[in-house]
Amino acid sequence: MEKRWIALYVENQVGVLAKISGLFSGKAYNLTSLTVGTTEDETVSRMTISVDSDDVTFEQIKKQLNRMVEVIKVIDLTDTPIFMKEILYIKIKKMTAADKQEAFHIAQVFDAEVIDIGKDSLIMSSMLTEHRNNELIALCRSEFHNIEVVRGGSVAIESISTSCR
Amino acid sequence: MKIAGKKLFVKALKAEGVDTIFAYPGGVITDLLDELGKDGSIRIVLPRHEQALVHAAEGYARATGKPAVCLVTSGPGATNTITGLADAFLDSVPLVLFSGQVATGLVGNDAFQEVDMVGLCRNITKYATMVTNRDDLGRLIKEAFYIASTGKPGPVVLDLPKNIQTAEGDPDYPETVNIRGYKPPEGVHIGQLKKAWKVLKNAKRPLILAGGGVNISGAQEELTTFAEKTGVPVVTTVMGRGAIPTVHPLFIGDAGLHGSYACNQAIAACDVLFSIGTRFNDRITGDLNEFAPNAQIVHIDIDSASISRNVVVDVPIVADAKVALEKLNEWATHLDLMDWARMIEKWNSKYPMSMPKDVGLTPQAIVEGINDIFNDDEIIYTTDVGQHQMWATQFLSLDEKKQLITSGGFGTMGFGFPAAIGAKLAHPEKGVICVSGDGSFQMNMQEMATSVVEHAPVIVCLMNNYNLGMVRQMQDVYYGKRYVATCLKSHEEDIEKGAPVYVPDFMKWAESYGIHHIQVTKREEVIPALEQARKWKDKSTLIEFLIREDELVLPMVRAGKATTDMIL
Repeated sequence: MEKRWIALYVENQVGVLAKISGLFSGKAYNLTSLTVGTTEDETVSRMTISVDSDDVTFEQIKKQLNRMVEVIKVIDLTDTPIFMKEILYIKIKKMTAADKQEAFHIAQVFDAEVIDIGKDSLIMSSMLTEHRNNELIALCRSEFHNIEVVRGGSVAIESISTSCR
Repeated sequence: MKIAGKKLFVKALKAEGVDTIFAYPGGVITDLLDELGKDGSIRIVLPRHEQALVHAAEGYARATGKPAVCLVTSGPGATNTITGLADAFLDSVPLVLFSGQVATGLVGNDAFQEVDMVGLCRNITKYATMVTNRDDLGRLIKEAFYIASTGKPGPVVLDLPKNIQTAEGDPDYPETVNIRGYKPPEGVHIGQLKKAWKVLKNAKRPLILAGGGVNISGAQEELTTFAEKTGVPVVTTVMGRGAIPTVHPLFIGDAGLHGSYACNQAIAACDVLFSIGTRFNDRITGDLNEFAPNAQIVHIDIDSASISRNVVVDVPIVADAKVALEKLNEWATHLDLMDWARMIEKWNSKYPMSMPKDVGLTPQAIVEGINDIFNDDEIIYTTDVGQHQMWATQFLSLDEKKQLITSGGFGTMGFGFPAAIGAKLAHPEKGVICVSGDGSFQMNMQEMATSVVEHAPVIVCLMNNYNLGMVRQMQDVYYGKRYVATCLKSHEEDIEKGAPVYVPDFMKWAESYGIHHIQVTKREEVIPALEQARKWKDKSTLIEFLIREDELVLPMVRAGKATTDMIL
């Protein structure tokens, strides 16, 4: 089992998201992340999907996606140079003054931002890779008592000359 | 000038060359039916249940090779078709099903007879969508027919809200299709095909495995030519049976769960398995680790997703069976396979496909009787699902004049009889014989009314053992003969009080429909009954064969084991 990434161009129509996600549940494929948004062409949406699978199942997933009438193109991003980022919000509550200072330090080190603040709480926003966000969440969980996490799922684009994933 | 959706609907069907539509009325499709009635050029067949309606359409589509058209109402009308659609999906049958839907303004309100048909169909159709904009109607109908009939064929559902049917809009039905996400494969990769031929040419023990894809693409002649030119023996799947005449010297038999001993031995021993139009279903492969362990596998299939899915193949080729075989026949030369042929012959004579001959009215005697009596006729056979289906596929002779239509993928009980009616409607000039069992037949026997009213006479050969035989057989072999919920007889205590042992009395039942009926209880009555049925052409005939309940379908691969591990 290995984590793999696919980008998918699909018709921007009602029901397509249900059909794609239904394929994963119906055939017991292990979907771990799915994001979707429209592209430069408003009739086309692009999905970024990650799955945990072995080689044979992954080949099958790509073929199954490809044969769907609503799917325009399947791109395997697993071994392609890409830029990939995920939006993440962490709300930290019941903080002491020392906690706050620590939160700012963490944000600085991680290249995250503190975007909102209250008497004993703050919100951090981060636009990092999924892996880096995992580390940030793990650190906040160990440092603070009460955190709330909202993640957006990754989006990716193929690189031109450099990459970041 | 604008026209109503219902007018465009009829115009579209006529443009697609539709001559028959299988329809069951209901609240939200009366506009469409009214318009079909006014036009009068398309035959409307009215079955007695929507599930049977789809099976009849499947029979029609498989007999003609063209997409069959269904029209049902919303809600229960739509949900009743689900089993049929799934059946058509797994056996790659081209269908276009129009389901009525409540008006767009009511969708989502739990309106009367509302159901999310598109949502229900998502995993059992090739494509399903709701028409929400009247001006998309023509394009979507065009696309539906195109998607259903090209590539790997399959069912397509168009959900038509009531207001779309009456709304005025674009009068034109498009002539061309362009779907950016759907480009069925055309042609064949010559390099890959050459590689496949090279692999076959150098084989010492090659074997052709032909699946339903060969029959769907109409490549029976090409396959037979290829086998003859090369001398490579052929095994088929249940769906592939008839891809080469079953009397052909190069045909060994069916492979798989209830296939012949020689076939399964040949698959295990072959060094090249040249497979065409099969998805290596679990009923064919048995334990995957021991399937064709010595073979290089060539796999030709129209559906890339079928390749290297269940069985990892060495030479994958995405192509239509006919296109690939035509090309292969240009190169094919005779291969020296005498030793291999002798090996197969030895297996065949060790355990031939045969039932004991001395126990009276056996299923084999019935099927062989059918073979004898209808030998010279053009016949379409259909079957239901169960023991009788396996006996039929084991023993029915098929050649150019015969076709077998059976529910191979989904295994739908109740398929055979309505499918027979559909096939008869498609080919009134041919004889149609449905081989059925008492369990399956009772699932859709209400369709006798359709057969009578629509003048679609078929012969039903009903093997009645008063049991759900296939599951009973499993209970016999694997569950210590504990026959739970498989006996269709009356309860013992009721029989003691004088209740009939079995209901219905099929002879009285047949009488009530005014059809011909014969009950056969002895072996010597088989031939006279079939001869008589062959002469009756005006109405359907029911022949009830009373067979023993302890008959088994043999040979049989042990559950979960290699296909060579057979109960013989």
